[in-house]
Amino acid sequence: MKKGRYGNYGGQYIPETLMTAVQEVEAAYEHYKNDPEFVKELDELYRNYAGRPSLLYYAEKMTKDLGGARIYLKREDLNHTGSHKINNVLGQVLLAKKMGKTRVIAETGAGQHGVATATAAALMGMECEIFMGKEDTDRQALNVFRMELLGAKVHAVTSGTMTLKDAVNETMREWTRRVDDTLYVLGSVMGPHPFPMIVRDFQKIIGKEIREQLMEREGRLPDAVIACVGGGSNAMGAFYEFIPFESVALIGCEAAGLGVDNPRNAATIANGSEGIFHGMKSLFCQDEYGQIAPVYSISAGLDYPGIGPEHAMLHDTGRAVYVPVTDEEAVSAFEYLSRTEGIIPAVESAHAVAYARKIAGTMDKDKIIVINISGRGDKDVAAIARYRGVEIYE
Amino acid sequence: MSRIAEAFQNGKAFIPFVTGGDPSLEVTKELIIAMEQAGADLIEIGLPFSDPIAEGPVIQEANERALAAGCTTDKLFEMVKEVRQIVKVPLVFLTYMNPIYIYGKERFMKRCRETGIDGIIVPDLPFEEKQELAPDCEAYGIDLISLIAPTSKKRILKIAADAKGFVYCVSSLGVTGVRSEIRTDIRSMTALVRQATQIPCAVGFGISTPEQAAAMAAVSDGAIVGSAIVKLVAKYGADSREPVFEYVKKMKDALRGI
Repeated sequence: MKKGRYGNYGGQYIPETLMTAVQEVEAAYEHYKNDPEFVKELDELYRNYAGRPSLLYYAEKMTKDLGGARIYLKREDLNHTGSHKINNVLGQVLLAKKMGKTRVIAETGAGQHGVATATAAALMGMECEIFMGKEDTDRQALNVFRMELLGAKVHAVTSGTMTLKDAVNETMREWTRRVDDTLYVLGSVMGPHPFPMIVRDFQKIIGKEIREQLMEREGRLPDAVIACVGGGSNAMGAFYEFIPFESVALIGCEAAGLGVDNPRNAATIANGSEGIFHGMKSLFCQDEYGQIAPVYSISAGLDYPGIGPEHAMLHDTGRAVYVPVTDEEAVSAFEYLSRTEGIIPAVESAHAVAYARKIAGTMDKDKIIVINISGRGDKDVAAIARYRGVEIYE
Repeated sequence: MSRIAEAFQNGKAFIPFVTGGDPSLEVTKELIIAMEQAGADLIEIGLPFSDPIAEGPVIQEANERALAAGCTTDKLFEMVKEVRQIVKVPLVFLTYMNPIYIYGKERFMKRCRETGIDGIIVPDLPFEEKQELAPDCEAYGIDLISLIAPTSKKRILKIAADAKGFVYCVSSLGVTGVRSEIRTDIRSMTALVRQATQIPCAVGFGISTPEQAAAMAAVSDGAIVGSAIVKLVAKYGADSREPVFEYVKKMKDALRGI
């Protein structure tokens, strides 16, 4: 496969102004990923700062309630900053520091990646600016203040649809404005090469731990790994280790909003088509002339009109399957996991829980499902209350 | 000699840009005719895209206005076909990869040729991905314009050596938009271009005043102006013809005799 390509997908479709910068990132990453000192420092951060390895928890009550496959939850929600985003961010900000950069910028949807980036920047003494759609700064006001507490400057993006895709546009524009001292810490397995690769590599620890932990508990591989997919970083992180093992079903859950047949959804695999946008060839929600579609999901983190190029390839080859999950199913799963296991998942992760609820009961009791709980749901409590018609003042 | 090469025979070239369909395709057509009459040597037409990542707020908003007013790739091609009966200067599209890709790369270039588009500028198609479009461009005789930026440094030689039509020299870091001063050492960028190729090199991004245009043209073969014109269109809407004509005339006059 050509460098930076995933089958037909991937590539580097970005302005000339950024080409030197992405090549510099690639060269630095290729160097440091095998540098024993870098590897050691990152491992140290994972263990003693982020709290890795994250737990693999046997959800006994949920298993009994659904009456089928044994269900395990990979607790990325227990990481420092409350989601899997910290895995990638510690890697990239450490890389930025090694490269001599003094400033990091990032986009954020739900605010999880922004909070993680602001955290790593505070820890490593870097200047930090976060771009977040105006609509998301309203939906996730608490995370905005959290980033500011951590010393980051938060820009509310008012262009376009004022959500995640526009935040990515604005962060790319900012990077072309100030490229010398700045690294764009991309939050998902998307964008131009080398980002889909770098983010995957920093997230693949999720699947690696799942395999080791399950081997210890059950002495075998899981039968299915389920994760939510927006750009797709937590799913890629959970899937990657298992790609060679055909017996493990890899299931990505995309945000279907009000339903795949309703215009208000963000289900890229269900409704998207091949295109070139945000630096990559992949699948996108778009119209007949290639204008990117305004997408919608209750979850700000999945509210993105594209998907990472490696997921697009896994979809084409059939190695992974992608299923749509609606707002209503996700909210109901959010409430279900809270009540059943005492774990409040991020509304993003609740999409994966929702699909597990659908299939667990249809599977034999000796089967094993692992759900990646990519983040915790504290940030979503007010939005879920609103969805259920209760007004809460944060 | 191609129409684009001819455009640089009339002294330093002045290259204005308008967003197609902003505020309507009728106005765009009128503006293209007026800009040629005012002395434009080559005209760039923006094919609107929902997410133009190389543009600053002025052109972003023009894209939004054009799309909201119903401009589509097909309608824009129809307008070009009509205006081509009237104007002689080269017409170049500026757009992003996705609208071309979705229209069908070959179908897009074929329509360019049929309607009278001479070249295309695609800001999110760097040298490394050129092959995505170059074969279809060559098959239909459409020049794929290459861009160089202040960060290009030693990349300039290989980009320029392989360039068609003219080399678009991006004057500044960041996105399109008016700037009070341009600090990049354009002279050394264009000197590198000239080492590698005979084709002309025009400078764009940030230029709005006759003085800036003259300074940029003095170290290159021409000046490109977008946001300053799009601002006039935003302000005057359907009545933009006169102010845009006057502006282009003033800018072209500033380039005469350099």
